Amino acid sequence: MAYLELKNVSKSFGGAQVLKDINLSVEKGEFVAIVGFSGAGKTTLISLIAGLLQPDSGAMTLNDLEITAPGPDRGIVFQNYSLLPWLTVYENILLAVEAVNPNWSADKKKEHVEKYIAMVNLTPARDKKPGELSGGMRQRVSVARALAMNPQILLLDEPLSALDALTRATLQDEISRIWSEDRKTVVLITNDPDEGIYLADRIIPLTAGPGATLGPSFTVEIPRPRDRKAINHYPAFKKLRRDIVEFMLNSRTHRAAAVTRKLTLPDIEPEDLNIPRTMTGWRTTPIRKREVENVSVEVNS
Amino acid sequence: MKEDNFLKKIDWLILPLLGMGVVVLLWQVSSATSAKELPSPAKTWASSKDYILKPFEKRGEMDQGILRFTWYSLVLVAKGYALALIIGTPIGFFLGLSKMFTKTFDPIIQILRPVSPLAWLPLGLVLFVSAGKNASELGALFTIAVCAMWPTVLNTAVGVRAIPQDYLNVAKVLKLSRTKTLFKVLIPATLPYMFTGFRLSLGIAWLVIVAAEMLTGRPGVGGFLWQEYNALIYEHIILCIITIGVVGFVLDRLMSVVERRFKTA
Ligand SMILES: Nc1ncnc2c1ncn2[C@@H]1O[C@H](COP(=O)(O)OP(=O)(O)O)[C@@H](O)[C@H]1O
Ligand SMILES: [Mg+2]
Repeated sequence: MAYLELKNVSKSFGGAQVLKDINLSVEKGEFVAIVGFSGAGKTTLISLIAGLLQPDSGAMTLNDLEITAPGPDRGIVFQNYSLLPWLTVYENILLAVEAVNPNWSADKKKEHVEKYIAMVNLTPARDKKPGELSGGMRQRVSVARALAMNPQILLLDEPLSALDALTRATLQDEISRIWSEDRKTVVLITNDPDEGIYLADRIIPLTAGPGATLGPSFTVEIPRPRDRKAINHYPAFKKLRRDIVEFMLNSRTHRAAAVTRKLTLPDIEPEDLNIPRTMTGWRTTPIRKREVENVSVEVNS
Repeated sequence: MKEDNFLKKIDWLILPLLGMGVVVLLWQVSSATSAKELPSPAKTWASSKDYILKPFEKRGEMDQGILRFTWYSLVLVAKGYALALIIGTPIGFFLGLSKMFTKTFDPIIQILRPVSPLAWLPLGLVLFVSAGKNASELGALFTIAVCAMWPTVLNTAVGVRAIPQDYLNVAKVLKLSRTKTLFKVLIPATLPYMFTGFRLSLGIAWLVIVAAEMLTGRPGVGGFLWQEYNALIYEHIILCIITIGVVGFVLDRLMSVVERRFKTA
């Protein structure tokens, strides 16, 4: 069995089905990106894997153990950072480190926390509160906190969506570097196929909701280390990108067609406005299409 | 133009002084015309200046400088207020955390909340009658605590309910212990609301102390007021009213400074 395994997982919120029959297997050390439209249910999916939500049906296992509750074996980077605003950068990460390694000496904890702060280049901001940091810096704290827990698997929920393009690219490089250093299993949620292609081994699209489900898995055949600029010229890149985007757009148009009603044209012919009115002010009775057997049009030349 | 700007700059000082001036004028006019029993501002000052200019003097049990009386009252308020916070904050937390607890106790809280200190005090005195000499102090403390804790209870409960799910998720993912969740997540997240409650509670505690002293005759601003009423020295009643108002105002300002510190944090 794969390392992380979801079988026919479904989830509804008060009657509205969000996720339907989700099947997912992720191998140990794999980097998988899940791409989907906003509102499709990506956060719901990651919360299920994290154990913060319970599925209505289906089975979820991590390392052959059923997922029932959240735990520090799954490091999460939440979409909205979820840093505690009353703690400094150092204290936020320390809280996580203490939770995972309660028996470490104070010195060892301190050293560990500082190592991860340095890893995301935040040493100068060590004693600042999240409110004093930019969005990109907060996101890095959030990543450092998840990594410092040394989890078996990293769950990243759109970690970079709220950032400007430049910061985003920098952090993508950082995530790529960190991953290549210790090859953790990663599930990355994103709304940007390019980000997925640049970072992941496989990309799995989530169809548009309601009742979203995972599409086929697209393997990224581009060798690592990947170069952001060169990647654009890779023949496989363009095809992959086109296929993924096409799949996602199709999943949406199918949905749209499924919900619209069958249209019926009115059973009436256009009137000829040149025909004079009758005494009552009405024109002739409307012509029903189904009654028309023979149409002739006179053309004045 | 320049003068205009200057006036604008100091209107925070001038306009309040103007407002007070208007009120003193009305006081002067009415004491001279319709309300003959009301002492005029000048008479009030003349009769009170001993208490104001020698604010800490002690001439007798019920004849002391006004700040000395205020000090007695503040000490009693501080004790009762501390009691209110110690009891009120945990109740607020339970209300915020548990729907069961809310369903069970919210109705009784809503019934007890509007009861006036004047109704609680006799009960307090009866409860502590066996304490003999201390009965009046304990009764007053009981009354202050019971009346002043409600804003703390209710605001803390609202604050706990308003904690963003994100913070709770962090606690869940890290599997924080109950005490750690309480001290690292729940309390810091609720502090701004708690302090709003603390400020409102202090206002009520100060209201209650005057009533409690009036009824028990303890030395303090309220006790002094009641004694001077019985002695028909109306000037001192006005002195007490002004003192109570100013002290209440200062306390509220101090608390709102503290409150703001926690709001921005
Ligand atoms: N706790 C909840 N209660 C009710 N509906 C929810 C809840 N969480 C998410 N939803 C709904 O589920 C759908 C998917 O949400 P979400 O997983 O946040 O999407 P995404 O992360 O892909 O943008 C949305 O329509 C949202 O309104
Ligand atoms: Mg989301």
